[in-house]
Amino acid sequence: MRSRLTLRNAEAAPLKAIEPFSAAIFAERLLRDLKGGYRLISYFAQKTGGQNARLYAVIAYDDDGLLRVAATDVAGAFESLTTDTPQAHLFEREIFEQTGLVPKGHPWLKPVRFTGASPEGMGVMKFHRVEGAAVHEVAVGPVHAGIIEPGHFRFQCEGETVLHLDTALGYQHRGVERSLKGGPDKRSIHYIETLAGDTTIGHATAWCQALESLAGVDISFRARGIREIALELERLANHVGDIGALAGDIGFLPTAAWCGRLRGDFLNMTAVICGNRFGRGLVRPGGVAFDLAKSQVADILNRLNEAHEGLDAAVPMLFDSPSVLSRFEETGRLSIHHAVDLGLVGPAARACGIEHDVRKNFTRRPEPSTRFTISTWSTGDVFARGMVRWLEIQRSIAYVRDRIRGLPEDGSMRPMKPPRNAHVAVSLVEGWRGEICHTAITGADGKLALYKVVDPSFHNWMGLAVAMRGQQISDFPLCNKSFNLSYCGHDL
Amino acid sequence: MDILSVFNLLLALTLAPLLPGIINRTKAFFSGRVGQPLLLPYFDIARLLRKGAVYSTTTTWLFRAGPVAGLATAAAALTIIPALGQPALISFKGDIFLLACLLALGRFFTMLAALDTGSSFEGMGASREAFYAALAEPALLIGMAALALVTGELSISGMYAGIAGKVFVSIVPICALVAVALMLVFLAENSRIPFDDPATHLELTMVHEVMVLDHGGPDLGLIQYGMALKMWLLGSLVVGVVFPMPGGLYASVVYVCALFALAIGTGVVESIMARFKMPRVPQLLVAAGAASFLAVILAAR
Repeated sequence: MRSRLTLRNAEAAPLKAIEPFSAAIFAERLLRDLKGGYRLISYFAQKTGGQNARLYAVIAYDDDGLLRVAATDVAGAFESLTTDTPQAHLFEREIFEQTGLVPKGHPWLKPVRFTGASPEGMGVMKFHRVEGAAVHEVAVGPVHAGIIEPGHFRFQCEGETVLHLDTALGYQHRGVERSLKGGPDKRSIHYIETLAGDTTIGHATAWCQALESLAGVDISFRARGIREIALELERLANHVGDIGALAGDIGFLPTAAWCGRLRGDFLNMTAVICGNRFGRGLVRPGGVAFDLAKSQVADILNRLNEAHEGLDAAVPMLFDSPSVLSRFEETGRLSIHHAVDLGLVGPAARACGIEHDVRKNFTRRPEPSTRFTISTWSTGDVFARGMVRWLEIQRSIAYVRDRIRGLPEDGSMRPMKPPRNAHVAVSLVEGWRGEICHTAITGADGKLALYKVVDPSFHNWMGLAVAMRGQQISDFPLCNKSFNLSYCGHDL
Repeated sequence: MDILSVFNLLLALTLAPLLPGIINRTKAFFSGRVGQPLLLPYFDIARLLRKGAVYSTTTTWLFRAGPVAGLATAAAALTIIPALGQPALISFKGDIFLLACLLALGRFFTMLAALDTGSSFEGMGASREAFYAALAEPALLIGMAALALVTGELSISGMYAGIAGKVFVSIVPICALVAVALMLVFLAENSRIPFDDPATHLELTMVHEVMVLDHGGPDLGLIQYGMALKMWLLGSLVVGVVFPMPGGLYASVVYVCALFALAIGTGVVESIMARFKMPRVPQLLVAAGAASFLAVILAAR
């Protein structure tokens, strides 16, 4: 009996524990799982020579906190599942682009990042077109008016109403996954830390968890605590910045101005720990490179209290203003049905009422004593995405306060060992944007044979496109901000 | 020709760029910032006028005519705008229609210049501008009709001098309604919150700003000065019904102070409320029209 490999978060297993299914059974099982409400969190192919490749699918069983890895060997082509379960659509396109394997029956196979042969197709690729006398097309980007990353948006509009939005990304593709192959080496951690600059702690933690589990190293509880604190500080800084930016987009001055400043205060708290506002250099395989002294703990707690007071003054004002509510409510609405189908993650999914959070569903054993509450809302509109952020801000502040006082004293760094050969590990972290999934596979030489990164943005960009349907084109910046997805995290 | 009318016109031409400066300082105060210098709009205009301009090869003379027409119409309209009860430089029966036509002409050329670029953003902006203007114009004209009815005068100067001569209590309801309507027109025509957000950089959400995106250098300077004049002239109509008083030097002082107060008020509005969703904007403009119409009914009674 061939079987799938069952793993917990950040747990490694020998590669030979995965016994490949036949392609038909693989597809059938995968489809059954995804139809049954389990989530496809990573899906990739590893070339095994010539036309041959092995497909890996990682499925999350959220309620049990389990990850299942299934595999199959294919040659040249495989069965597309997109028409049955849309959450596979981008993964299949990615596999096609990276390995040349053709997903048979994929409704619209086009490049994801324009890697390799045809970057000249970028921006002039085929888009959905709506025909008709009243229909007009609006092209936005890749260069934008604000200081943001490059990405192209193509709207099909009827008057002010958006019929369809296509996103074309890939402008930020740097070949991170390719560079990690053959590692880990001295450069790897820096690639990871800058994979999505605003999620430094999130991605670095996922990377370190993967390497530590591959090496069979247990880090100290203190190091784990400091990583969690840094992760929450990263979430706080970004969520606060996002709420300020949402206010700025609708011209609501007070909250925009205050949150802009408070975001900096949270970044500075990270700098108190490691000297860098984005947490670069803090999370390292084996633990954390900077320990927290008592004076630093007091300093952070002080700053946290001050920032909390500022937030209590600035944010409720936003959610209480009628003019703001009339802008936020019913704008960019996404149903829970769509969110599940597209496999959305993070605050965008929780705003639709999906109760999913890696911090709750995939806690690492032994668990910290803190109880964790998932922050959700039900309406799935801009208001909900803002509100979920505000709920998370309040809970994260409470969490950091609690955690930082009770850090165990068992050292901050342990010696690392090289990864075991021919092992596989899946590492999940709830970054501020959502679920970060890193999958590492080592070869016979103990080097990384494959490193697959799935940033939450990879799942969520399609959510933005669907949320825009039937909306006012003038509301696009607001909807976009409410998702606040990463371009470089998607483009890798 | 009254020397004071010339003086008031000169005041308008020199002090108009102060209004956006005051609005920005007010907003800065509310967001806890020091804010830009009060005179920054002057420096900006001076700086822009010294620059060169870049023109896309796809544009025609229409693109260059836009800024000139915008400034020329605003400056021309100022000559028929009274300062409180002090008559304007020029006034004749039915000059209110000339005012509406001048505003429309300026807008027409700005929109043509926007369409001339062929940019989809600017096309959307022009379409929004046309839609909002079609709703703001009746509110302005009907409001003026109420003033004409209550004073029996047919020139703007006559109307504003007329309400200054009336017993205050008898015209309060009409003036209040017209003031509300004109205030909304003032905010809409000057692309202020809640109608438009002059501070945004998001081209998909803009109305006026997006139409002038491709203008630079002296053209942009003319546009900014023209917008300041437009703010001054529409503001004059608002403060005239709020402070009805006969003309004179004293009235000129009150006039300028009231306009500065109006700018502060606009800054306060922008500091405490969010911009409307675009489909809600017409509702507010129709409400302005309704207020004007109610004033007409009261005046005709």
